[in-house]
Amino acid sequence: MFAYIMRRLAVAIPTLLLLIVISFVLMHLAPGGPFSHERELPARVLANLNAKYGLDEPLWRQIVNYVYGIVVHFDFGPSFVYPDRTVNELLADGFPVTLTYGSLAFLAAVLVGVSLGVAAAIRHNSWLDYLAVGISIGAQVLPNFVMAPILVLIFTLWYRILPGGGWSFSDPSFWIMPVVALATSYMASIARITRSSMLEVLGSNHIRTARAKGMPEHRVILRHALKPAMLPVISYLGPVFVSMITGSVVIDLYFSTGGIGKAFVESALNRDYAVMMGVTILIGSLTILFNLVVDILYAWIDPKIRY
Amino acid sequence: MALLDINDLSVSFRTNDGMVQAVNNVSLSVDQGETLGVVGESGSGKSQLSFAIMGLLARNGQATGSVRFDGQEILNAPPKILNRIRAEKIAMIFQDPMTSLNPYMRVADQMAEVLTLHKGMSRRQAVTEAVRMLDAVKIPDAKGRVRLYPHEFSGGMRQRVMIAMALLCRPSLLIADEPTTALDVTVQAQIMTLLAELRREFGMAMILITHDLGVVAGSCERVAVMYGGRIRETGPVGPLFAAPAHPYTQGLLGAIPRIDHEGDELSVIPGSPPNMTHPPAGCAFEPRCLYRREDCACQRPALEEFAHARARACFAPLDDVLQRRPPQAQTTTQGGQP
Amino acid sequence: MVIEQEKMQRLATRMVEQEVKGRSPWADARKRFLRNKAAMAGLVILVLVALFALFGDMLAVWSNEELDFSVMGQVATMGAPSLENGHYFGTDDLGRDLFSRTVQGTQISLMVGIVGAGIAVIVGTLYGATAGYVGGRTDQFMMRAVDILMSVPYMFVLILLLVMFGRSIAMLFLGIGLISWLEMSRIVRGQTLSLKNREFIEAARATGVSTWKIIIRHIVPNLLGVVAVYATLLVPLMILTESFISFLGLGVQEPLTSWGALISEGAGTMSYGTLWQLAFPLFFFVITLFGFFFVGDGLRDALDPKER
Repeated sequence: MFAYIMRRLAVAIPTLLLLIVISFVLMHLAPGGPFSHERELPARVLANLNAKYGLDEPLWRQIVNYVYGIVVHFDFGPSFVYPDRTVNELLADGFPVTLTYGSLAFLAAVLVGVSLGVAAAIRHNSWLDYLAVGISIGAQVLPNFVMAPILVLIFTLWYRILPGGGWSFSDPSFWIMPVVALATSYMASIARITRSSMLEVLGSNHIRTARAKGMPEHRVILRHALKPAMLPVISYLGPVFVSMITGSVVIDLYFSTGGIGKAFVESALNRDYAVMMGVTILIGSLTILFNLVVDILYAWIDPKIRY
Repeated sequence: MALLDINDLSVSFRTNDGMVQAVNNVSLSVDQGETLGVVGESGSGKSQLSFAIMGLLARNGQATGSVRFDGQEILNAPPKILNRIRAEKIAMIFQDPMTSLNPYMRVADQMAEVLTLHKGMSRRQAVTEAVRMLDAVKIPDAKGRVRLYPHEFSGGMRQRVMIAMALLCRPSLLIADEPTTALDVTVQAQIMTLLAELRREFGMAMILITHDLGVVAGSCERVAVMYGGRIRETGPVGPLFAAPAHPYTQGLLGAIPRIDHEGDELSVIPGSPPNMTHPPAGCAFEPRCLYRREDCACQRPALEEFAHARARACFAPLDDVLQRRPPQAQTTTQGGQP
Repeated sequence: MVIEQEKMQRLATRMVEQEVKGRSPWADARKRFLRNKAAMAGLVILVLVALFALFGDMLAVWSNEELDFSVMGQVATMGAPSLENGHYFGTDDLGRDLFSRTVQGTQISLMVGIVGAGIAVIVGTLYGATAGYVGGRTDQFMMRAVDILMSVPYMFVLILLLVMFGRSIAMLFLGIGLISWLEMSRIVRGQTLSLKNREFIEAARATGVSTWKIIIRHIVPNLLGVVAVYATLLVPLMILTESFISFLGLGVQEPLTSWGALISEGAGTMSYGTLWQLAFPLFFFVITLFGFFFVGDGLRDALDPKER
């Protein structure tokens, strides 16, 4: 198991470095520097600016500096557009918010999705099953950017029971709509995957063996069926995580929650490459870390993988 | 009283193409300590018969009739009753040891849970007992291997694990569903010898389900030959093999290579098993039968006793079949058997 | 929203099995597909949406850029859907005809979806087939690259690209297509590996046909079933991706529009009581996604029926 984790790490770290280097190179390939505005800056000013941000050094040197800054000091450098703010500050503002509703949404999607899927599979062809299938088919066409306006329409404009935007750490009524909007479609996908893999497992030979042992059905499910049925769900968690982070951009924009998504979209519209890269790399690292956890979880369940 | 008494058992499945009749009106009985072989081609319903006895049919399956174990009705019995009988009184070993063991659990846990469940043992006691049983099925280094996962065993060893697991509660009846089909020929023989030894040692009755008549000859006392979900012929092994009274049994016996009949051509039964979605109105074997008559296609022969302990379901005159005299007119199109 | 990889894997395995047995998996599949009610309903929906996209312009009274000055400034009261003034779907906030805007949005969203899925499928198939066929080190290297790319948060990279190289439709097509071929390539590689040693391919190799030709002529056609199902299921994912980006205002630019952009506009103005601006684009978006899912699922179930 330890060797397995080490091997995964050996892949994860170069991946992360590669991600940083690629985004950095992309930034340099982009037509026009960060300071090419509509109004042409005088050559002297431009040279000064370039010197200040270290853009006059050779490319490899810049990359090394940038990577060094991130790895050693966790420093993503200054913003190109707001000279008085560093990327770190911009990220630090939004990250706790994103983390809060993001992890709540993730938990909600997994817990509700898995329970719904398992229940549907156990009561195959019952009304519960049909309901679960209906919900999961319906909800896959309700991505966050569709759910958000619909929720606001219902709960803010019609019933006026939830705030239509903004954020407060102390008042959970601000959390509800972001979490639901973000979680719904993934909850549905997880329910669908859980249901079909549970059905498959319940029909498999080793479950028949378990039943032949005279175990009560609930024990058959808990002891023998649940683990293998979770494998496809677990391998789907990585993509869910990425998509949820991506979706947080919509949430931040639509609900004005002030997470990192807002910083990202603003920087995209302002061409503030430093912030964009900072966000991309931060999210890339989180993704890689999360995938590592998923891999380990997978290996923990499936003994054939840990070699 | 017989240990297991199956009466008029039928099994059907709901599928998208309609109802499929897998087993039709089967009646069988097994005595204490007796070994019954159930033989048939794949798709003859023999496995579904065994699943029906244990209440292990797939969700879309349905069984009617009666199965009595020790006088108690167990067909479609509530889970509470079934779960007291499964593994403890009737144990089962399955065709494919590769997939029939849980690949995500250590062998120790899979075996121990049977004993903690039925005998109320502690886990430690149960594992000790499991190791003892693994020793009994001749798994070398049982103590060390009990901690492994199924994929770390070879095919034959896995089937031994499966057998050890089935015997943990010393059941009085063992149902073995094609226990050697997935294994190499040499391993097959080892497993069959092992089963015979264990059966004597524990005094179990056994239902051996197989498509291999050779296996039956070596280990069973009585045989039931199934075709198209029905029993075609039953009888003690010796007489049945010596003088098969049903054309299908003859065909099956003709399809076995025998060392003592060197030079003979290995005959096959022409045609393929019936489609059970639309079962024929008459005898299901009729299209492939060398002895077929006009009424065979529209009427179904019943299983009738024709000698002591022997029964068959066929319209062809007994003497014709016993002396292998198929009507000439029909053999021309089929070619084949003399 | 997800393409279930396990099921795709099983379909791939089955297609190879069938190929080996020399039976065409398509013969029964068509019958099964025609009997599948959800899939047929999906197909009808898709045909209707396609007709709407192709010929909707002919029905439109107003063009998509024209401003209707008679409703400007009082859209909430005057701009509602009406047959009389020719705004069947009402007008948008600026007084533009929502019907013809929706027609155009449908055209663009469908196009992005189909072209994006096409690119993804072509790149994924060729990449996977090459890796699987060539094998050895090349294969290992190529698949490791896929592993690495899988853990890149592609939406951010795509937005990065769009911002840096300008938000053109071509860029959107390419970007969306290029981020979705990874899973496809894995499945195709697996299938190629199992096809590789079949007699007909060895025969081709023995007669000296070049590797590239073998891949294109012999391997790719045998992957058709998986590719068809995958492509059908990818289109709605591509549409979702495009809509997501356009919703953020980073996708297609005015005067062009897409479902995502229209939904975004509608969502922004719904508090003024102009609900139709959200409802019509959302309706088309939702039914089209449903259509593709049902057809894709139906196709898969037809090619890989559960009961064997």
